[in-house]
Amino acid sequence: MNVPEGRRYTQDHEWALLDDGRVRIGITDYAQDALGDVVFVQLPEPGTEVQAGSAIGEVESTKSVSDVYAPVSGRVVEVNTELSDTPQRLNEDPYGEGWICVIEPTEPGAVEGLMEASAYSELISG
Amino acid sequence: MSARPAGRGDDSGATTPGATTPGAGRSASAPLIGREHEPTIFEFSHPGRRSWSFRDTGVPEWGAEELVPDAFRREEPVPLAEVSERDLVAHYTRLSHRQYSVDLGAYPLGSCTMKYNPKVCDEVAGLPGLTRVHPGAPASLTQGWLELLVRLEEALCAITGMAAATLQPAAGAAGELTGLLLMRAWHEQGGRQRRRVIIPDSAHGTNPASVTLGGYEVTTVPSDARGCVDLAALRAVLDEEVAGIMLTNPNTLGLFEEDIVEMAAAVHEVGGLLYYDGANLNAILGVTRPGDMGFDIVHMNLHKTFATPHGGGGPGAGPVAVSPRLVPFLPGPRPVRRAPEDADATGDAYGWAMPPRSIGRVHGWHGNALVLARAYAYILANGGDGLRQVADAAVLNANWLRQRLSRTYDIPFDRPSMHEFVASTSSLKKRTGLRALDVAKRLLEEGFHAPTVYFPLIVDEALMIEPTETESPQTLEELAAALERIAEAAGTEGGLDDAHAAPRTTPVGRVDEARAARQLIPTYDARP
Repeated sequence: MNVPEGRRYTQDHEWALLDDGRVRIGITDYAQDALGDVVFVQLPEPGTEVQAGSAIGEVESTKSVSDVYAPVSGRVVEVNTELSDTPQRLNEDPYGEGWICVIEPTEPGAVEGLMEASAYSELISG
Repeated sequence: MSARPAGRGDDSGATTPGATTPGAGRSASAPLIGREHEPTIFEFSHPGRRSWSFRDTGVPEWGAEELVPDAFRREEPVPLAEVSERDLVAHYTRLSHRQYSVDLGAYPLGSCTMKYNPKVCDEVAGLPGLTRVHPGAPASLTQGWLELLVRLEEALCAITGMAAATLQPAAGAAGELTGLLLMRAWHEQGGRQRRRVIIPDSAHGTNPASVTLGGYEVTTVPSDARGCVDLAALRAVLDEEVAGIMLTNPNTLGLFEEDIVEMAAAVHEVGGLLYYDGANLNAILGVTRPGDMGFDIVHMNLHKTFATPHGGGGPGAGPVAVSPRLVPFLPGPRPVRRAPEDADATGDAYGWAMPPRSIGRVHGWHGNALVLARAYAYILANGGDGLRQVADAAVLNANWLRQRLSRTYDIPFDRPSMHEFVASTSSLKKRTGLRALDVAKRLLEEGFHAPTVYFPLIVDEALMIEPTETESPQTLEELAAALERIAEAAGTEGGLDDAHAAPRTTPVGRVDEARAARQLIPTYDARP
């Protein structure tokens, strides 16, 4: 399972990348593998206020539907609309082209409170 | 002497361990006549070709313009295929030869209760006295049908321990929505503002969908380590906002909810109602009744428990039975025994009645009538003692299979199950890479229908297996041996590749489900 350094992770298998003060998020390699082929992504609306831990979207595969949770509180400023036409990017490139949205965090340092790569690797190997 | 239950498996009593009937319960998997791709019916179409030919009787012909109001008349005829009867029959028969069905062999699809459908029930449903009747015919001309419906309702209530039932809902999910509408009507009449319905995290997906459609919010309650609803967690979410709880018992893991009496008391205490999802009724027939557990609303799946044909998308039947206080809200009109004075006056023993606070119709007519007739025939053919034997054999078969497969597959809840159980390929996946999906596809090659996969969601790489009571010990032995072969082969060289490529011997190979979901071509004329 790919768990790149330099990002933070959540219990619900999202990754969060600090990107010029904003937080880019997506789902991890472990998550996309467990889900199977993604067929539909429900994205949040740009401008939506989100709370850490609340559901902001959905990822649907042939097996199941899973909620995507906001790792930090803030406002959604950008969404990856490409996922509407090519949801398979979540499987092919979960950490790159498969990004889901960008959040402007209410607390700039919030992302530091999330798990580091080593802790997340331990979580998924257990 | 008790009548032999209709359509049961090997009834010989003693089973010789190890005595097999090689190939028992398996289909050949390859179609009877070759593997040619079958065209669509449209590709057989020839302009002007017809399946019928009426002689000229001298009755004047009327055009559509004279019979159908302008607002409802099409401008262009529907482009249906124009085929001869011969081509029509050949096409659909060839298609049917490519289908697996429960008539061909074992169908261990968990939660669906794919038991054998006894043919005597089809004969009953084919009786002209039942088929050559219009549902709009007056009660005086349909006493036979009314009697059948009333007696079916009474039988279903006796089986479930409830006061009265509606036979209208078309199938299970329709029954769920009907039950939730009854819940809503009950609370509104009592002046109670309720917002939420509780469902366990192991619930079938139709439950939260029905809750939402019924205008309520879903509150999920977790299962504990034993696979049952966590009673403490349930108590924590119970308050005066709760309209009720939807439960399956035994639950979707095939386990009996041992705290059901306490759960019922807790829900009733806050003024909520208990809804029973009857998907797993097969396990408790003649043993215990949802009404006795405290349920207020019970839906049944006649196409599951009462052996009416299913697996092809319907029609099913989902009667909903209720406790006495909910009877006034039942859908109507509903068939009833007339009061003696009315019966004497009209000469009719049966009639139609509208319950005083009815939620109205939930079906265009009175229910999927011939499905109801089949279920009634099944109940009569079995009798009370026969239905009890159905449950006994269903639970026995599942437990035998569970114990046998525990040598090869993970069994997450290591205790006696009821009529179905959940296995997992979790350990096999770690060791060999074999996933539940691969097991399912390989089993098709072995000539059996696959079990349910990836449900319930709370078990990783889940295989939900329900053999039903109609499969013989010989068939179970073959099914177990096939599943063991699949697991063993995955560990050998090339074995996992075989599993990933499966099914190869079937008329249709592994379908690209993801592409079908993303780039669906829903109709013939929508193809690029």
